Amino acid sequence: MRLDLPLIWAGLIAVAVLLYVLLDGFDLGIGILFPFAKDPKHRDAMMDSIAPIWDGNETWLVLGGGGLLAAFPLAYSILMPAFYIPVYMMLLALILRGVAFEFRLRGRRRGKKFWTAAFAGGSLVAALSQGLILGGFVQGVRMNGLNFAGGPFDWFTGYSIVTAIGVVAGYALLGAGWLMVKTEGDLHQDARWWAMVCAVAVAILLASISALTLFLHPFIAHRWGWNGHGFDMSVFAPLSPIPLLGLIGLAMVAWGIRTNGHRLPLLGGYTVFLSGYIGLAYAFFPDAVPYGVTYRQAASADNALGLMLVGIAILLPVILGYTVWVYYIFRGKVSADAGYHA
Amino acid sequence: MDALLLSRLQFAFTIAWHIIFPAFSIGLASFLAVLEGLWLASGRDVFHTLYRFWLKVFAISFGMGVVSGVVMSYQFGANWSVFSRVASPVIGPLLAFEVLTAFFLEASFLGVMLFGEKRVGRGLHFTATVLVAFGTVVSAFWIISANSWMQYPVAYGPGPNGELRALDWAKVIFSPTFPPRFFHMVIAAYLTTSLVVGAASAWSLLKGRSVEESKVALRMAVLMYAIVAPIQLFVGDYQGKQVLTLQPTKLAAIEAFWESRTEQPFHLVAWPDRAQARNHFEISVPKIGSWITSGATSKRVTGLRDFPRDEWPPVAVVFWAFRIMVGLGLLMIALGFWGAWLAWRRKGPETSRTYLRACVAMGPTGFVAVIAGWVVAEVGRQPWVIYGLMRTADAVSPVTPGQVSSSLIGFLVVYAIVFAAGALYILRLFGEGPGAGAEEREPPERRAPGTPLAKTPDDPDPEAAT
Repeated sequence: MRLDLPLIWAGLIAVAVLLYVLLDGFDLGIGILFPFAKDPKHRDAMMDSIAPIWDGNETWLVLGGGGLLAAFPLAYSILMPAFYIPVYMMLLALILRGVAFEFRLRGRRRGKKFWTAAFAGGSLVAALSQGLILGGFVQGVRMNGLNFAGGPFDWFTGYSIVTAIGVVAGYALLGAGWLMVKTEGDLHQDARWWAMVCAVAVAILLASISALTLFLHPFIAHRWGWNGHGFDMSVFAPLSPIPLLGLIGLAMVAWGIRTNGHRLPLLGGYTVFLSGYIGLAYAFFPDAVPYGVTYRQAASADNALGLMLVGIAILLPVILGYTVWVYYIFRGKVSADAGYHA
Repeated sequence: MDALLLSRLQFAFTIAWHIIFPAFSIGLASFLAVLEGLWLASGRDVFHTLYRFWLKVFAISFGMGVVSGVVMSYQFGANWSVFSRVASPVIGPLLAFEVLTAFFLEASFLGVMLFGEKRVGRGLHFTATVLVAFGTVVSAFWIISANSWMQYPVAYGPGPNGELRALDWAKVIFSPTFPPRFFHMVIAAYLTTSLVVGAASAWSLLKGRSVEESKVALRMAVLMYAIVAPIQLFVGDYQGKQVLTLQPTKLAAIEAFWESRTEQPFHLVAWPDRAQARNHFEISVPKIGSWITSGATSKRVTGLRDFPRDEWPPVAVVFWAFRIMVGLGLLMIALGFWGAWLAWRRKGPETSRTYLRACVAMGPTGFVAVIAGWVVAEVGRQPWVIYGLMRTADAVSPVTPGQVSSSLIGFLVVYAIVFAAGALYILRLFGEGPGAGAEEREPPERRAPGTPLAKTPDDPDPEAAT
């Protein structure tokens, strides 16, 4: 039996990126919501709810970068120079917010204030940068043969600004959903309010991004059966579960907020993200660099992919196993008064 | 300045800044595992107090290591995209395995280690500490493996589109320079950490704080200097002999040998001049240069003049970085023997205030030696990024000088802030000493609960105290 290694690895990288978005998304979202906390104690509780797990969440980003380097070197070597500025904006922001977890507790008055701001600002800038990269990616990268041939600011367009705001709103929704799971009392009620605001913003932004994406590139329009005036139903109808999934997600968020549920808003947020992710992935598949380099062209040598597949087949279940175990260890509510160790 | 030079500056700055933290956390994670193991085995509170104290230091430094490490997995592509495309089919899997076998392990169990003491049993908590320690060493394994292949590439062939491909994975992973370089790095990390532990303990003893804990920690550190520092000398020497045969231009730069001859002199001090291909202000010992590098004064050692000029590395930087590293290494050995002598003939290393002051002064030297060692390894490999195969100048991304200047400035600013704050918080902990947290075992949770610091008293805040 011959395995289609490039296809398997395309799937694996896609899953790694999705897991990154779903996991680091809520903890970046906590940072985005940080300035809106009413009480310093709430901020401490918000941070406590993610302190033991954020590092593991961010490791999926390292796997995304390292995996792209290892499995699709050509894509990696085109995309990184293409998104040079937002990639470094993201990294610098992640540095400031990452060290803030410890530094905020070690700082005295001014120090604590500074690291509180660094955590909030870093989370926001990291999310914006990821949104800019996403927008720039979907709109396509200028190439000359197999080299990046665009300018340093190609990624900065009206479309990418909208996707950047969309990612910020989406992460904030996940963050609010996470807080509804992990907190109780006043903070839980605040989180419920934040989730509602974010859900409305996400609904508007997701609809706008979906509409704008159809006009972005003829390849995408063709994919979704858009002919400039309406949808070709024979193409669109089989795809309609994807946007439907997004609507179901939004309904779950709304219902969860209405009934003051604890888990439903986060699950709804995840469903919305899943819908957006599949929708966009479908729009540019099979390109690893839109629009011109397919995942097959970009794939590394078969023996490299094969070796890594053996490794990941053994290690990924182990990683997922202990990740779930760690989440289980730190299950339950945090609150400013009750204490986490209790 | 062009994008190439700026990219090199940025890589040098970010990697030198980054290596400080792994070098410290590899050793510190193992030290913590030993402390917790000793505590569980002996039940003595002193080990638990030390564990809690060094865990706080670990939490601060590990965070800085993680975030500066994330940069690396993107910097290869952003600034060195040609290198990434060509070399990835060979070294890409090694870097991916580092993420899969080490980073996830460290990141996940670090959470348990820091916050889980009340949530899991002692045995599981100890397991988490051991797994984090193991993860740090595994991470070193893969990154040194990839770097060693770049120092002396083997078992590769051409791919269809100008990239390389691996022919034998075992030979790629365990390339000839890998074993000694891996041991050299891990030992360097252990030494670096011992020097910091020794310095912090000596400082507490000089100030008369946390005497019991500091005595124990100081003795553990002295034991490490006395055993590990001499071993490092032999491992380093073995590695040097290998450089002589596998990377002769690097060796010639390390020793500032210009002409090929037997009975090469050993230059203690010199100012190598690449343009004139000779040294100024030499102070040398005749003949033993050949002996040190090859094992016999009668061996002929090749000088740089017998290599094409465009394959010479920068000589003065490599020459001096090597002398800084070795000089500090010899001081570490001396510190170990002195301490051992105090332990053997006096009542212990803590009885001599002069020795304690020497330990404090030597505290940062491990970091300096590690950075100097990496300068020798990486600058000595120039002008190649993959020795003999790909020049650094051909590896750079199609990016503009403006882009690279802005990212470089960003790193300079952010790293300055983060480093200053991190160093301040760690030194502040050292000032308090390990005993500060132990006096109040269960303070009211004024601090954010669920943090490694929740069990420690608040910082002595002068405004709050008055």
